[in-house]
Amino acid sequence: MKLLPCGPRAVMAEYDSLDEVMAVDAALRAAALAGVDDIVPGARTILVHHRQADRAALERLLVPSGKAAPATGPIVEIPVDYDGPDLEEVAAATGLSVAEVVAVHSSVTYSAAFLGFTPGWAYLIGLPPVLHLPRRSTPRTVVPAGSVAIASEFTGVYPTNSPGGWHLLGHTDAVMFDAAREKAALVMAGDRVRFVAR
Amino acid sequence: MIEILAAGIGSTFQDLGRPGCTHLGVGHSGAVDRPSHRLANRLVGNPETAATIETYGGLQLRVHRHAVMAVTGAGGHLDVRGGPPMAVNAVTHLPPDAVLTVRPPYEGVRYYVAVRGGFDVAPVLGSRSFDTLAGLGPRLTNGERIVVGADPRTPITADLGVRPPSGTVIDVSEGPRRDWFTDGAWSLFTTSDYTVSADSNRIGTRLSGPVLERAHRAELPSEGVVEGAVQVPHDGQPIVMLADHPVTGGYPVIAVVAPELIHAVAQARPGTTLRFRHRSL
Repeated sequence: MKLLPCGPRAVMAEYDSLDEVMAVDAALRAAALAGVDDIVPGARTILVHHRQADRAALERLLVPSGKAAPATGPIVEIPVDYDGPDLEEVAAATGLSVAEVVAVHSSVTYSAAFLGFTPGWAYLIGLPPVLHLPRRSTPRTVVPAGSVAIASEFTGVYPTNSPGGWHLLGHTDAVMFDAAREKAALVMAGDRVRFVAR
Repeated sequence: MIEILAAGIGSTFQDLGRPGCTHLGVGHSGAVDRPSHRLANRLVGNPETAATIETYGGLQLRVHRHAVMAVTGAGGHLDVRGGPPMAVNAVTHLPPDAVLTVRPPYEGVRYYVAVRGGFDVAPVLGSRSFDTLAGLGPRLTNGERIVVGADPRTPITADLGVRPPSGTVIDVSEGPRRDWFTDGAWSLFTTSDYTVSADSNRIGTRLSGPVLERAHRAELPSEGVVEGAVQVPHDGQPIVMLADHPVTGGYPVIAVVAPELIHAVAQARPGTTLRFRHRSL
């Protein structure tokens, strides 16, 4: 773990793996340290917004100890039409056929590691390593809402039309975010997700 | 009741934002010049959490009943038809049917318009701020009639507004990815003039100036972003993140603006220059 400076009201901690991030994130939330305003996990980092928190106690909590419990949240099923514009490219880059890409992507129960970027954007982990690809070299200026996509060790669904550099495998009609809904984000951290091919 | 005759340019409802929603992927939002938002509320005796209208000008509204109003932030002309003259940073009592027009500013970028009682629009996830990145929060539209909240029954705690100094030298501390940049880039960043670009918005103030060279070309995994973070995309031109910044970002952050100076960056007009000065934490 390495501490990185982030201005007077925040600190960032960097880790070697997403597992460490998730274990520390869970410990931090459970500790509910006074003066901590917000905790923002990332792929290899945790950003803690704070005011006059006990800095020594905070730094102790940022040291990884133990493993993250496996996700036990509810299972959210997301129906997907696998008709994305990048299917062929992903197949070529991974050496699989298009049918195999679809079969692999929809064969796994994913879990939501954290939310970020825009409302309802859940970073889902559990993507089989054969589908790990770097982001596209040139991001698209507009990716349509509902696009089901992969990049690096993650898969996810674009909640709104937004710019994006992930590989698009398909689309869903599921509404990922609705502020008026009791569960505003369809997928919350700790939830499990299955993509069901239509 | 207040009727919006013309929404004007970039006009949004804002308050102190929507903290603690990052677990939904929802960012902080709120007034980008928070001191001016707070001042506008204090001038009319509201709690600082009341909603104001943030506008780049062109806003025109009619008050249906007697209203106590104040405008802060940018400097510019306020025209009142059917009521007393009004100036920025002063409390004004507008009689029924008075029409206030906020002209485009000649100093700063954004005004804050407050009414005693506050604009009583429906909050979303606990805030009346409109987040332009997320498209979340109450929208301000032409012809809309807005209910004014109940009189707060609290005294006016400032009878004279002083515009916060809009500095052109901005203190920064090292950001989490300072070491992704060459020492030359750091020294250029902290000694050169950077010009505020016209495509700045509530998400960030974009700057143009000397290109900040990366020490290496690795891809940064998405990580949390603070308000005031100075992000550097591939073109080497820095962006200072403002209230509607994304919760996480994938570009390295070279520096972080001192929180008490973020409003000065937010009010810097396109075409003006800012200089960043290193101040250790």
